[in-house]
Amino acid sequence: MSDEARSSPLGKQHSYLGRSMARLGAKAAVAGRGRYTDDIELPRMLHAAFVRSPYAHARILGIEPSVARQQPGIHLVLTGRELAQRVTGPWIGTLSCFAGMKSAPQYPMAVERACWVGEPVAIVVGRTRAEAEDAAELIRIDWQELPAIADKSAALARHAPVIHAELGDNLAFLKTIEAGDVDAVFAGADLIVEETFEFARHTGVSLEPRSLLAAYDKAIGKLTIITSSQCPHMIQRVFAQTLGIPDHNVQIIAPDVGGSFGLKIHSYGDEIATAAAAIELGRPVKFIADRLESFVSDIHARENSVKARIAVNRAGEILGFDIDVLSGAGAYSQYPRTSVFEANQILNITGGPYRHRHYRGRASVVYLNKAPSSQYRAVGHPIGNAVGEHLVDQAAYRLGIDPVEIRRRNVIPDDAYPSLSASGIKLKDLSHQRCLNLIVQRMRYDELRREQAELRQKGIQRGIGIALFIKGTSPGPLGYYGVGGAPISLQDACVIKLEPNGGIICAVGVTEQGQGTNTIVGQIAASALGVPIEAVRVISGDTDAVPYGGGTFGSRAAAIGGEAVLQAARALKAEILAIAGELLQTEPSMLDILAGVVVDAAGTPRLPLAEIGRICHFQLGELPATRQPVLSHTRRFRLVEDPYIFANGVHGAYVEIDTETGFMRLLQHWVVEDCGRLINPQLADEQVRGGCVQGIGGALYEHLIYDAQGQLSNGSLADYLVPMAAEMPDIDVAHVETPSSASELGAKGVGESGTGAAPAAIMNAVNDALRPFAARVTSQPITPEAVLVALGKI
Amino acid sequence: MGWAAVARAVLPAASMSLACALGQWQPANGKQVDREGGVKAPKFSYVRAANLGQVLELLERYGEDAQILAGGQSLMPALNMRLSAPRLIIDINGIAALQGIACKDGLVRIGALARHVEVANSAIIRQHLPLITAAMPHVAHVAVRNRGTFGGSIALADPAAELPACALALEARFVLESRGGRREIAAADFFKGLYATARLPNELLTEALIPVRRNWVPVFLELARRQGDFALAGLAFQVLLEDGILADGRLAYFASEPQPTLGLATLAAIKGRRLDPATTAAAISALPGDLAPMGNAVASAKLRLHLQTVLTRRALQQAQAAANRQTRIL
Amino acid sequence: MSGEESMPINLTVNGEPVARIVPVRQHLADFLRTALGLTGTHLGCEHGVCGACSLRVDGVVVRGCLMLAVQADGAEVVTIEGLDATGEIADLQQAFVERNALQCGFCTAGMLMTAAELLRAGERKTRAEIRTHLAGNFCRCTGYHAIVDAVSTTLDKRASAGGGRV
Repeated sequence: MSDEARSSPLGKQHSYLGRSMARLGAKAAVAGRGRYTDDIELPRMLHAAFVRSPYAHARILGIEPSVARQQPGIHLVLTGRELAQRVTGPWIGTLSCFAGMKSAPQYPMAVERACWVGEPVAIVVGRTRAEAEDAAELIRIDWQELPAIADKSAALARHAPVIHAELGDNLAFLKTIEAGDVDAVFAGADLIVEETFEFARHTGVSLEPRSLLAAYDKAIGKLTIITSSQCPHMIQRVFAQTLGIPDHNVQIIAPDVGGSFGLKIHSYGDEIATAAAAIELGRPVKFIADRLESFVSDIHARENSVKARIAVNRAGEILGFDIDVLSGAGAYSQYPRTSVFEANQILNITGGPYRHRHYRGRASVVYLNKAPSSQYRAVGHPIGNAVGEHLVDQAAYRLGIDPVEIRRRNVIPDDAYPSLSASGIKLKDLSHQRCLNLIVQRMRYDELRREQAELRQKGIQRGIGIALFIKGTSPGPLGYYGVGGAPISLQDACVIKLEPNGGIICAVGVTEQGQGTNTIVGQIAASALGVPIEAVRVISGDTDAVPYGGGTFGSRAAAIGGEAVLQAARALKAEILAIAGELLQTEPSMLDILAGVVVDAAGTPRLPLAEIGRICHFQLGELPATRQPVLSHTRRFRLVEDPYIFANGVHGAYVEIDTETGFMRLLQHWVVEDCGRLINPQLADEQVRGGCVQGIGGALYEHLIYDAQGQLSNGSLADYLVPMAAEMPDIDVAHVETPSSASELGAKGVGESGTGAAPAAIMNAVNDALRPFAARVTSQPITPEAVLVALGKI
Repeated sequence: MGWAAVARAVLPAASMSLACALGQWQPANGKQVDREGGVKAPKFSYVRAANLGQVLELLERYGEDAQILAGGQSLMPALNMRLSAPRLIIDINGIAALQGIACKDGLVRIGALARHVEVANSAIIRQHLPLITAAMPHVAHVAVRNRGTFGGSIALADPAAELPACALALEARFVLESRGGRREIAAADFFKGLYATARLPNELLTEALIPVRRNWVPVFLELARRQGDFALAGLAFQVLLEDGILADGRLAYFASEPQPTLGLATLAAIKGRRLDPATTAAAISALPGDLAPMGNAVASAKLRLHLQTVLTRRALQQAQAAANRQTRIL
Repeated sequence: MSGEESMPINLTVNGEPVARIVPVRQHLADFLRTALGLTGTHLGCEHGVCGACSLRVDGVVVRGCLMLAVQADGAEVVTIEGLDATGEIADLQQAFVERNALQCGFCTAGMLMTAAELLRAGERKTRAEIRTHLAGNFCRCTGYHAIVDAVSTTLDKRASAGGGRV
């Protein structure tokens, strides 16, 4: 074997890295043998239903639960006030890194005032969900309706209803970033393009709703929670703290999770109530959020107005961006991750691919009487990318420069890293130029432009949209959660063990929701150790069985979790080779592991791992007296220099618009992205595809429609439109690999790259199609009505 | 009701399908329900009717407190979401007399229990009522078409539904039976308003009778955001073309009005004229006289009228193309 | 009306006779999941939109949340577990696994149940036709492209092999 292959744990010869293997767990799912929280039954289990506020803002003058309590099959009814007495709290959703941020104290269920339609007010626990709902209808509540604020543009007006009097106003957070001399540059620019953008409010709509099953063992004081969560350890911390149980006596188990997208990284009051009920009753209590209550209680996101300008010189050089963001949060800042991240990220990443030095970003986050908002896949990036990329396109049109060409002239060159963006974020190891070149090739961009021109002659309007993006992934402790004091682990860990039979157990703190975390962990471990992948079993999602970690968010599993796996596997391999060296009377540096067998320098198999396992567990007499095998290694990993690992890429969209009806067809979509070292290309591709379609949903369909009184008018799957198969395009995905310098593995996050820039590409494509008509859309979702209004047809 | 404030429903009472196309409407006989969650049905009594007589007996006794369960594709969502809380559910799926599609003496009979999938695949419908065949792919999705019924769709009269508009265009008559007897009512008299029909609480719609009209050309068009969604605008036309002249027609519009609506002024503007751009322009001018579209957060009245205008133009173009083909054949 | 009205039902589920007494208001998907432990059928909305509860009743795919359990009296019900056991769509399931046409897996049973109906005809279908057929099954994870690939590949293989394999 070559020196390189032998010395490198990532040597391609016996490596699973870069291989598109089928995902563990897929076989069970296609047979209907998945195991989701609602599939699990515990003895004597009861079911929770909630009474939720029908008002956006109302005082609770009185709750009368006695009739409900007497219903057959009902075991417990707790009001918000009664629950507040049983938990520590309240929650306050601020982080110290967001200077000046303020949030009102929040109880798990409304105590004296409900502040959004859907806020839980009482919990009913019964034999069946149906009976609990029957009883819930009998709870008498005396409401005093209060003025509600639902329009973010009015939230800071002088006479706006202030949701939380103690805060003085509805402002959650205000931030400004400034670099260079924006006023001078804009004053002297050859061209300024200015726009106002509207982005609608969305929610995640995981197909499996939020689910939680809590059981409390009074005898040993242990709380066990089975829940569809992305972050078991954070949930452990929050529940332990809120319910007053020591963390080490709280076990969180995330079984199969039916989609999450960020909505399941958060902690929710109704879930606390469920656990409190289980503790009170000494019986397991299950809560499955139904679809209707999901719309009014899952976190919301994306509601932003942005006023933005770009300054460009005649040659098409981007001089600067100036953006003003108004972000509509909910009634409280979500605990513990806050509701201001989105605005913060918009400021950070808008215009991120480009070399300009002048930048001003201002963001206000305001409270509204709506469900709380917080992190949801690609946090802020769909907005920032759409704003920046639209302005770049408009500048290109006005100057008569091709949209690809103007980007070529302005991107940070691939050899210019590390670089500091105008917004002050550190960028490393990016590849805008390579990605742009590759997408132009894959789209056959010039041919598409010719086709577009020909079809225009025939009255067929097609548009091509390009959108470059950067994406912050894999946050480190120097980022907001760490600096801000959140109870969230930004490092991650792996415990890897050699079993007596030569098998490998790999327990990780990152989690699986179907994207393939467990599979890539196995691929990394098997590659680093030199064992067949079938010999590796990955354990995740159980706080009793895995080392402390952060779970999945910010596309961190491969980059952070994967690095911990790599390091742990190397440590285990080193010990195995040291022991093998002793058993074989050979220098460990002359040995390697291949296909689960220790081999010598000539490649001859000498000692199976099973044999080492047997000796080291049972027949230790064969070892030197000085050798005490450990064969279990924990490694942790965190980013030390930077708050994020940035990834980058570019989207292309090709659409056709029926300018008579405003309806459109998505003909094709392309993505070229750079997530560093690809561990499993197929899984990466599919994350991009799924993310794309989710982004397209935001661009064209999704909109939580609230009226002025804070009533949600379309809170069902029939009315909140999500993308379905018939309207979605095929999506071509290609990769550029620029390994991250932050780790040996070199992986970057990929899970949010589809969502982050698909809306930008779609909006650019639509506007490209509308250009001959001097029409533009700058609001999402881009509905047929919006297109027709832009065209002046209605 | 004093103890729990009435809130506007997250969804309008009576049918979830309503919300798909029209957002928040309050049907004339619906209830406002305080509903912020819950998808387990409330308690009700259930009977599986053995024959028509039993159904009519129960309807006589329970009236509005009973709901008919046919395909269940609209009733079940309403029950699950507690938008509907009947005392009694009468399951009519076992009644053979309500099934079937037949053609006899120039009259097509569609039983109330004819499933959408049967109607879609029916050779009789394809041959004699091709307008309906053209509409069926737009009706919901595969799984819904396997259960949903013709009678159910007519009786619900969702303003965005395809079949009521087709029935109107095809001069269907519906048979309503009760303990008191049997009556037939023309589609034009049956659809009264938003989810409102002429069916009395003690009546069951048992079948539709649709005359076969030779030489009439069907045109069906609808615009929906997603495949299978309720339409934002749609039309179901039957036109009689003679040597390229539009001799007669029934132009039914749906999804923009509270009930399927005939474009009578539109027809008057083009009847007897050759199909050409000038005739189309006349139709477009007359259309606002026939339609007063509803608007809401999902789609404004202006949008709906505009879309119906575009669809009308396209429908007449299609009719013209059909006329040209006819001429060539002749 | 205070008591929970119930009725006895007799049906065949995955080839086995089942006799139970069920609350009349319980829908079929809930009955299968809770009374029979057949948790492969999932609930995503319970208002007939998402398709996660799709299963086969008397030979055709239906939404399990839109039928009452009592309506299944006398019926033949096949869930994903039963379909898996018969091997009827083993090739499609394999294609899903290989092509990664599922991620979280929550929509998958419904997707397979619906796709199975398309497979029966034994004909090749265009990607657009496949998308239209699956238009009533919501997937939030995959973006549908891989699902269309898996169904398309399977249809092509079956058509080449000369017709349906039912």
